[in-house]
Amino acid sequence: MAQKKVIALTGNQAAAEAMRQINFDIAAVYPISPQTELMGFFAEYVANGEVDTEMIAVDGEHSAMAACIGAAAAGARVITASAGPGIAYMVENLYVASGMRLPIVLLDVNRALSAPLSIHCDHADSMLTRDSSWISLFSENAQEAYHNIIMATKISEKALFPIIVNYDGYIVSHSIEDVEILDDETVRNFVGPSDIHRIPYPLLDIKKPVTYGATAQPDYYTECKYQQHVDFLKVYDIVREVFDEFAEIADVKYDFIEEYKTDDAEYIGISMGSSFGTLKDVVDILREQGKKVGAIKIRLFRPFPVKEVAEALSKAKGVAVLDRADSFDGIGGPLFKDISTAVMMSQNRPFIHNFIYGLGGREVKEEDFLKAFDRLERLEKGIETRDRFVEYLQVRE
Amino acid sequence: MEFVKLETKLPPKEYRSDLEPTWCPGCGDFGVVTALTKAFSEEQFDPTALSVVSGIGCSSRLPLWMNAFGLHTAHGRALPAAVGIRLAKPEIPTFVTAGDGDIFSIGMEHFPHAARKNFNITLVVMDNRMYALTKNQTSPTSRRGYKGSLNPYGNIEEPMNVITFAIASGATFVAQSYSGNPKHLAETIKAASEHKGFSFVNVLSPCPTFNKIDTFKYYKGRTIDINKELGHDPSDMKKALELASHALDADNPELQDAEPFKGKVPIGIFLKVEKETFEDKVAKLKEQFMAPNGEPNWDEILEKYRP
Repeated sequence: MAQKKVIALTGNQAAAEAMRQINFDIAAVYPISPQTELMGFFAEYVANGEVDTEMIAVDGEHSAMAACIGAAAAGARVITASAGPGIAYMVENLYVASGMRLPIVLLDVNRALSAPLSIHCDHADSMLTRDSSWISLFSENAQEAYHNIIMATKISEKALFPIIVNYDGYIVSHSIEDVEILDDETVRNFVGPSDIHRIPYPLLDIKKPVTYGATAQPDYYTECKYQQHVDFLKVYDIVREVFDEFAEIADVKYDFIEEYKTDDAEYIGISMGSSFGTLKDVVDILREQGKKVGAIKIRLFRPFPVKEVAEALSKAKGVAVLDRADSFDGIGGPLFKDISTAVMMSQNRPFIHNFIYGLGGREVKEEDFLKAFDRLERLEKGIETRDRFVEYLQVRE
Repeated sequence: MEFVKLETKLPPKEYRSDLEPTWCPGCGDFGVVTALTKAFSEEQFDPTALSVVSGIGCSSRLPLWMNAFGLHTAHGRALPAAVGIRLAKPEIPTFVTAGDGDIFSIGMEHFPHAARKNFNITLVVMDNRMYALTKNQTSPTSRRGYKGSLNPYGNIEEPMNVITFAIASGATFVAQSYSGNPKHLAETIKAASEHKGFSFVNVLSPCPTFNKIDTFKYYKGRTIDINKELGHDPSDMKKALELASHALDADNPELQDAEPFKGKVPIGIFLKVEKETFEDKVAKLKEQFMAPNGEPNWDEILEKYRP
């Protein structure tokens, strides 16, 4: 069994610790709040020779992802990190990376998008990546961010798809919590050694020269995308496999979603990231009042755990989907549409309502989620009516 | 096209908004605000027909402190946003106020093209030789050995000579000034705003919070005015390039006695040449192909395609 120690770390420090233990070959960096501090911690490990990582400070996030693509295609184990507008700037290359089937780890320290300019947390940045064929994991706290990064490295390399690990800017990245850290050897054995033959056709294998990303005309483009589509469906099993393997070293059994008091719940709230703690507290408050409520956290965001969510909602009467980003599409937030899709697969079709919260770092309080549960119940019972699926929770009108 | 101007002069403070800058005390960028408002006043610009565009960074907050149309754009994208303004409203003077990271790193691709196309934009770069808003990382103008949070043992890269770069890119006005010399700064920014074409002023603007090397103390007595002290004629491009090639000599301990600056940091107008602006060329094209009544001559155009 692995040696463990508990230390007080911020989310960024915990992430840097995971990066140190994994010992990536290449890290590309460009400063952006609230991510910069993370790479600052890691830069010290690099400068002190505690890792073998070659770190390159590039001239922008687009270039950061380009550097990762080059390095990953050459067979290296690579990482970069960014936030908000930096993720937005990367998007073109995200599609290039996944289309090339390159394992790359990207840490998204979730931040709102401009304009107006905000350096604080919401999930709009990550929602830009949701159709990019990147695997995406959300973390509730520093502990999960640390665990997710270690698992992500292995998932990505097994699946031959790049992966994003999300954790909330400032709320997780800059808050100090107890984090249980595994010993270096355990982590390094878990991820295994990085070597050039990890991907099937490394760019620098001089005996087998290949070209990545060449043109596909209308006669082959569809087949390339179909192959990507089919393989992305295999990611579910790979993630489960890696979660199971991780349970053996970390004594924590992760699943695609986390359920809290959902067994007999009539009303269920669903969120991602750091707000899940508040949501669980709200469930406890309402349970004390005799209300049958529960909560679900989405850990695996892409590919979306449609079946698992459908199963978890199979007995619910009403569902409040809590989105930390808006889609501005007349329907609702991104998570709302995913949950609605999952419900379509279920025999039981609970009433679903969507709430937008926590934009640009707006503090999330228990009373906000209490309000959401209250509104959900009234809507479901027909006491109140709605003329749209989505409402803002915390807004001055 | 001539800029919209007021008939009477407004005092400089009329070009300031009621927001107080959130910069650290002692920031060099305060000097740039003062110099800009002074230049706006002297040029008699109309605050309701004046635009100040920025990207992201400490210095890019500058438009917030100004009474003008401010556009706070994405990191590195101030210049292309300003180009859009120029094309839509060529009668409105357009200033880009940005930092060395914004302009010379993430937004670098836009500089040479805005310069060579000769848009009538005044670009004021507040060069503190590092990224300050993200708390001290090396930028393209950081000196070798500079310690930032991503390179705790010092920068291994060479700094970029932005003066040479600007001249080589085709900028028609290239100058350097220093925020610790308000008189020189105001004069330079005024000259830049009077210039018809792409004007670039690199302002040495110390960051008192993070950069402990390129400080006011460092620059004090260490600047040399290339026009007044060395008699440089900015219409002489060859000489401008020659002088510009020594712009970073002061960084090098071995070049403290070397000509032409003898360990000093050059300030002044390196280059000022007249060329037709992009906007004027666009206006000419329009004129050339427009019928006298302002409508295209459709018969003439269609005639080309008739069998």
